[in-house]
Amino acid sequence: MDRAAVDTKIRSLIEPFNTKGVAIEDSTTFANDLEFDSLTVMDFVAAIEDEFDIIISMNQQAEIENYGLLVDAVTKMQDDA
Amino acid sequence: MSEGISQPDRPQEMQGADHGAHADLFSKFDPLIQQREQLLAAGIEDPFSLVMEKVISPTRAICNGRDTILLGTYNYMGMTFDPDVIDAGVNALRDFGTGTTGSRVLNGTYQGHRDCEDALKEFYGMDHAMVFSTGYQANLGIISTIAGKGDYVVLDIDSHASIWDGCAMGKAEIVPFKHNDIEAMEKRLKRIPEGAGKLVVLEGVYSMLGDVAPLKEMVRVAKENGAMVLVDEAHSMGFIGENGRGVAEEQGVMDDVDFVIGTFSKSVGTVGGFCVSNHPKFEIMRLVCRPYVFTASLPPSVMATAATSIRKLMHGSNKRAHLWENSRTLHGGLKALGFALGTDTPQSAIIAVIMPDLERGAMMWEALLTEGLYVNLARPPATPANMTLLRCSLCAEHSEEEVQTILGMFERAGKAVGII
Repeated sequence: MDRAAVDTKIRSLIEPFNTKGVAIEDSTTFANDLEFDSLTVMDFVAAIEDEFDIIISMNQQAEIENYGLLVDAVTKMQDDA
Repeated sequence: MSEGISQPDRPQEMQGADHGAHADLFSKFDPLIQQREQLLAAGIEDPFSLVMEKVISPTRAICNGRDTILLGTYNYMGMTFDPDVIDAGVNALRDFGTGTTGSRVLNGTYQGHRDCEDALKEFYGMDHAMVFSTGYQANLGIISTIAGKGDYVVLDIDSHASIWDGCAMGKAEIVPFKHNDIEAMEKRLKRIPEGAGKLVVLEGVYSMLGDVAPLKEMVRVAKENGAMVLVDEAHSMGFIGENGRGVAEEQGVMDDVDFVIGTFSKSVGTVGGFCVSNHPKFEIMRLVCRPYVFTASLPPSVMATAATSIRKLMHGSNKRAHLWENSRTLHGGLKALGFALGTDTPQSAIIAVIMPDLERGAMMWEALLTEGLYVNLARPPATPANMTLLRCSLCAEHSEEEVQTILGMFERAGKAVGII
């Protein structure tokens, strides 16, 4: 799956968690812009992990601050898998 | 999850100070300071500044000047005033002095430390036992030492702070899964790259809601996927399982658990922590585990009280039965009064009463204290799903009458605050 396809997929996965309807750009941050708390992060990460059959460890999550970095990371991980 | 009153067990990153010329490193705590001041300005007695002026028994104390029934101390087996345990401590204090002033690996291992480890081996029927200065350090030390860079730790999202901190201190990849969700755990285990070391970390009883883990299935799944298993049995020792070894024993998977972590500060009635294991190379932990090496060992009196208490717990079946009676009576009684509880059935000696919100939770806590009852107030963000809980932990020394008295207090306080 190329980056654009991963982007489309994650955009649909993030919808139920984006309760305030924030416009998602590559620079959108999870903690500040989307106001995800730790439980929301866990559920959102689990949804991505299950969709792409990958693991995003907490160590990796710490490096992923915004939406664009998430799409990059998932694109790379499912390529490697 | 457990004692965290203003912070979750899973550590959160704090923002650094503003980059002014004289940045105050404490400015990051301002929101919390403000929230606390507001709560206290509302006239509520500070739930986190309680002082026990006199302790009368495992179940009674004078708290803030009031005669109070203790229902939130994790003193499950009521060993804190056991005459044999006290005698053992007094003798050791006189014979061996007040403290060791040394690390376990230098001058801090006395005969009492060895004897306490022998008592643990007898209690659990295991080959190795290692005593730490606290239960927190036991999790911190074992997890951070055995799971290194490139290894994976798979753990329940509701794990205790000591488990999270052990993960943070080690260099392994940390993979949490949804609370007690066997399928979520299995999926994550199966995705771990082949050949990587895997440690699954579980708890027997989770202390926020008092619910028990499905260890039978979880341990089987962990083993099928080539993982080692560590189970924290802090809240089950002494009264769950045929020999009081915990939830793993009760569910028949003790032989497949690689490491059991426990504490002396609950059923055993003193302070300290431990790990027991059958791993043939376990003893090397004494040399490589930093929270074991770089701290002073427990005082000899603590070791003597712990060893005596542990051996008495091996024959505590009557007390055990009474504790379970208390748990059933309180759970059934609170349910009948109309309170919402953390579990449908009494699964442990912890009964969590769910409050509608923090404000009424704090009011209810204060109303109970005025009635003469101490319970734990647990509030967001330390709680799962941001619930406000009044956590009750029962003791084998609570009498039948005391449990009825407690139910009466809950009824009056609940009606006064408008919760039932």
